Amino acid sequence: MTIAIVDTLPAETVSGRGGGGPAPTRTTIAYGFWIFILSDMVMFSAMFAAYAVLSGNTAGGPTGRELFNLHNVFIETACLLFSSYTCGLGMLSAERRELSRFLVFAAFTLALGAAFLTVEISEFAGMVEKGAGPSRSAFLSSFFGLVGMHGAHLTVGLVWLVYTVAQALAKGLRPVVLRRLACFSLFWHALDIVWIGVMTLVYLMGDR
Amino acid sequence: MNGNEHVFDDRPPGVRPQENTANFLSYTVGLVLAIAATIGSFVVSQTDLLWPPGVPVGLIVLAIAQIGVHLVFFLHLGSGSDNTNNILALAFGMLIVFLVITGSCWIIANLNDNMMPMPAH
Repeated sequence: MTIAIVDTLPAETVSGRGGGGPAPTRTTIAYGFWIFILSDMVMFSAMFAAYAVLSGNTAGGPTGRELFNLHNVFIETACLLFSSYTCGLGMLSAERRELSRFLVFAAFTLALGAAFLTVEISEFAGMVEKGAGPSRSAFLSSFFGLVGMHGAHLTVGLVWLVYTVAQALAKGLRPVVLRRLACFSLFWHALDIVWIGVMTLVYLMGDR
Repeated sequence: MNGNEHVFDDRPPGVRPQENTANFLSYTVGLVLAIAATIGSFVVSQTDLLWPPGVPVGLIVLAIAQIGVHLVFFLHLGSGSDNTNNILALAFGMLIVFLVITGSCWIIANLNDNMMPMPAH
């Protein structure tokens, strides 16, 4: 009950850092999720460090230069960037309680995310077929570890998006659904940021 | 508390300062800047526009610029007082990420330098 009351307070009456009583639920939930995302970044940093250290150890196997297709990487990057954009616009529509516009943007986000995953999975399958699977060399183990971890996050994100859209349809765009949507949006933007690192360190630097 | 007094207000990450029509513009500006940085990265890596030994540095600079664009225009992190907690958490996260990556590279480079020469296989 208390939470519901606090939630309806206008923003001006709530002063920060504990001064004006508990912060609105919207603030605490998104802040907690922000902490989770930062810890996820720390986890990714370990994968990046492993890749940076091992990327030269090809054990006589294929190098990045022989394996990477920058044409595909460009398509993947564009898919993720535009899905981040439609995700942000979807959040705007949801906050304005425009359900149909939200659904359109969510569909775009889902389609672009799925297109990214399709390109990535076909790239992985092609590499394994050529004998360049994760067990070939330390370079390829760390490559599949890092890029695969990002892909796994993205897959979870897509499942989460479908689940949240189903909630929006079943329950309407009420505050609790909006908060879950806000967390998804943070997660999705964060994955796009991780992809900038993957694109730069793995593909663009590895291709030289 | 009088009406003119500035009140500090915590804002969660991903939330815009106030609801207005500029929000759509913010995402679009971010998209345009991010596209520019991405195309810049691909051009720098595929051409000799930059002095070749400087290309990795150029790529890192472009990547950091693009991450900044995403943080400001997509996650709406700013320097305002309502964002202090978010920025502090981000700064701590970046410190740990920096320590893990540069620390690993530094230590392993040292180990490689001090390796006994090994016969080629």
